[in-house]
Amino acid sequence: MKIVKAAIAGTLESSDLVVKVSPAEDGLDITVNSEVYKQFGEQITAVVKETLSAFNITQGEIIVEDKGALDCVIRARMQTAILRGTESKEIAWEKL
Amino acid sequence: MMKKLRRSMLFLPGSSAAMLSTAFIYRPDSIMFDLEDAVSLKEKDSARLLVFHALQHPMYKDIETVVRINPLNTPFGLKDTEAAVRAGVDVIRLPKTDTPDDIYQLEGEIARIEAECGRPVGSTRLMAAIESAVGVINAVAIAKSSPRLMGIALAAFDYVIDMQTERGDGTELFYARCAVLHAARGAGIDAFDVVYADIDDEAGFLKEVDLIKRMGFNGKSLINPRQIEILHNAYAPTQEEVDYAERVIAAAEEGDRHGLGVISLNGKMIDAPIINHARVVIERKNASGVRQ
Repeated sequence: MKIVKAAIAGTLESSDLVVKVSPAEDGLDITVNSEVYKQFGEQITAVVKETLSAFNITQGEIIVEDKGALDCVIRARMQTAILRGTESKEIAWEKL
Repeated sequence: MMKKLRRSMLFLPGSSAAMLSTAFIYRPDSIMFDLEDAVSLKEKDSARLLVFHALQHPMYKDIETVVRINPLNTPFGLKDTEAAVRAGVDVIRLPKTDTPDDIYQLEGEIARIEAECGRPVGSTRLMAAIESAVGVINAVAIAKSSPRLMGIALAAFDYVIDMQTERGDGTELFYARCAVLHAARGAGIDAFDVVYADIDDEAGFLKEVDLIKRMGFNGKSLINPRQIEILHNAYAPTQEEVDYAERVIAAAEEGDRHGLGVISLNGKMIDAPIINHARVVIERKNASGVRQ
């Protein structure tokens, strides 16, 4: 899938995160900022990459501003931003 | 097998990551993730995915989960159903149920999704929320419309608008409460009362809880975790009730040992409904102790 437009999902409230995705031509550019980066930065980055991979996204700029979200919230916000940015109308639930 | 206690059903906005991440600690009997009125139109997609993932998280493994979907005649209802069933929700709550056809349509979609995702067909339960005069009139048919139904709930906000009145001392809900409760009991399913919106009015809440408990409702929909403990305590039996229930059960067991069909306690006949009620009293004591 291809990110065709800039999209955003989530909030900056505690236990949530904001994911911004935008089109890019030179591979993936992932930035993760988190209040708990020292403890969980690797784990958050892993969830972000895993979600991108499940959608077969290989190009795009991804910015994550995390406020201490659980993995399940990170996954949900990533998927929402991707589905919005790829203008997907149908959801392949088995990929989620 | 003991029947599941459903005194408290806590509403959570499906769009709130913080509430979805913490609500399990309040231990309501059931947690209801709302995708309908609590979620704005532009966040329906994000809330659906949040709920889809929260449902699969181990924190909700031991709590009955309910998802209130949007009506099927909106662009969101079917997608909500897909998400909830595939994520393994226990119960789907259908809002604005007016006729049995609403339930037939939903259960058809659920059966298809269950088959597609490998869930046992029939494992997703349903509850119907009745929110209109037509729904109240059809409550008996709705309550008997599907073996998937575990309960029906009265929802007051839309109902009082439909009845051209407003929330007051409960008089405005008198007929609807009686109708919904009788429909549920006639079908052998649970009945849930309306939310009490003023979370700072504890006395008013308690008065309403006392009324619906005496009427026979299984429990109530709640909008704030602070209401859970108050509700559970109000549903907890008194020490006197517990003592009597224990004597009834002891007498019943003694009767069983001696092969007696009919037993008596302090000169009063004890029959199956009294024994069943005694078991409910003990179950409520085990769940939330003796009333404080």
